[in-house]
Amino acid sequence: MHTRAVSPKIDQHPAARAFVLVGLAAVVWLVLYTLIEPFSRWVSFGLMGLDPASHLGEAVAFFVYDVPKILLLLSGMIFLISVVRTFFSPERTRVLLGGKRQGVGNALAAALGIVTPFCSCSAVPLFIGFVESGIPLGVTFSFLIAAPTINEVAVILLYGLFGWKVAALYVASGLVIATIAGYLIGKFKLERYVEDFVWQMQGADGGFVEKLSWPERFERAWDSVKEILRKVWLYVVIGIAIGAGIHGFVPEAALADIMGAKAWWSVPLAVLIGIPLYSNAAGVVPIVGALIGKGASVGTALAFMMSVVGLSLPEMVILRRVLKPRLIAVFIGTVAVAIVITGYLFNFILG
Amino acid sequence: MLNVKVLGSGCANCKRLEQTVKRVAEARQIPIELEHVTDYAEIMKWKILATPGLVVNNKVVSAGRILKDDEVARFLTAPQEN
Repeated sequence: MHTRAVSPKIDQHPAARAFVLVGLAAVVWLVLYTLIEPFSRWVSFGLMGLDPASHLGEAVAFFVYDVPKILLLLSGMIFLISVVRTFFSPERTRVLLGGKRQGVGNALAAALGIVTPFCSCSAVPLFIGFVESGIPLGVTFSFLIAAPTINEVAVILLYGLFGWKVAALYVASGLVIATIAGYLIGKFKLERYVEDFVWQMQGADGGFVEKLSWPERFERAWDSVKEILRKVWLYVVIGIAIGAGIHGFVPEAALADIMGAKAWWSVPLAVLIGIPLYSNAAGVVPIVGALIGKGASVGTALAFMMSVVGLSLPEMVILRRVLKPRLIAVFIGTVAVAIVITGYLFNFILG
Repeated sequence: MLNVKVLGSGCANCKRLEQTVKRVAEARQIPIELEHVTDYAEIMKWKILATPGLVVNNKVVSAGRILKDDEVARFLTAPQEN
């Protein structure tokens, strides 16, 4: 018993050990984060000897600064939100939404769409499970609109590249769009356009629930950091490279005429182009960011991004299994119109 | 012989889980009977809300997660405890 001299207490408390580990990681993260700026200046202007005032110098500095910054931000914040998400599950969300009416239910469903772990590949079982347990169709749609649109990678990238105001604006408009579009879909009374087999299923209550310890929560959060970074890092690098190119070489205000607030047709056009396009947020945000820097208005750019991220062809193909074409069309149409209106609103407020 | 079902309609994550189950069972020489359930009506009988789901001896042990090898191994080696 006397042989274990090295902090036996901590060894015997996996939870304490996990917290210490996460705390240490947080310190390392902060140190790295403060080092990025001096490091990027040193690389571009010292090591590579570029002129800070030149186009190339500007583009390279932008790239060398933004890539490590965004990747660090992504790992830290995905970790945090993933820990939060271990407290939520689709099952829990369904219980929370049970018995809620249109209106309040739509807003709650949109909010839960942010914190509930969700992959659009699970849209069908989730849809069936929700509708079967008596959650109104419109409330279910509010969830299905919010969950992919207000996606953590999108929000973190917006924060990293444009600051918290634009990120908050994006989250708020995502919530409003999901709430209103879901509410309207509910009002249209479209239950008959849900595939018949969905209504024939029964007894969707209960289901799979698991209990987790803190070390398990941290471990899962770390797993999702690795998983998401593995998926998006290349998009981030390419996106920022294109963004850096635009930042350094395209003249200021070059896009003001075609993507600025005065070009009224640019908002619906941006949304229309965005519907069939599908990319993860990681690739779109840096490019959209560079466009904003060159005179595209924020409302137009955000509308484009929401349309790309929130409405995607692959998801529609998946949802076709449970929705008749007419309902899919109403779904796309309602969300698209809501995004267009939000785009105009931003252009009006910020312009 | 363990009866193992992977629930999920052919999405990438579901295929990954199926591969993991196969690999783990082979590596640890656990005899299993593996089914991949892709029909939604059949999947929903297990009352899961997220895919992929994993069922071992008629009990749902996981839903909506891409399990790691050691997690799968745990489910395959100690199914009686559950």
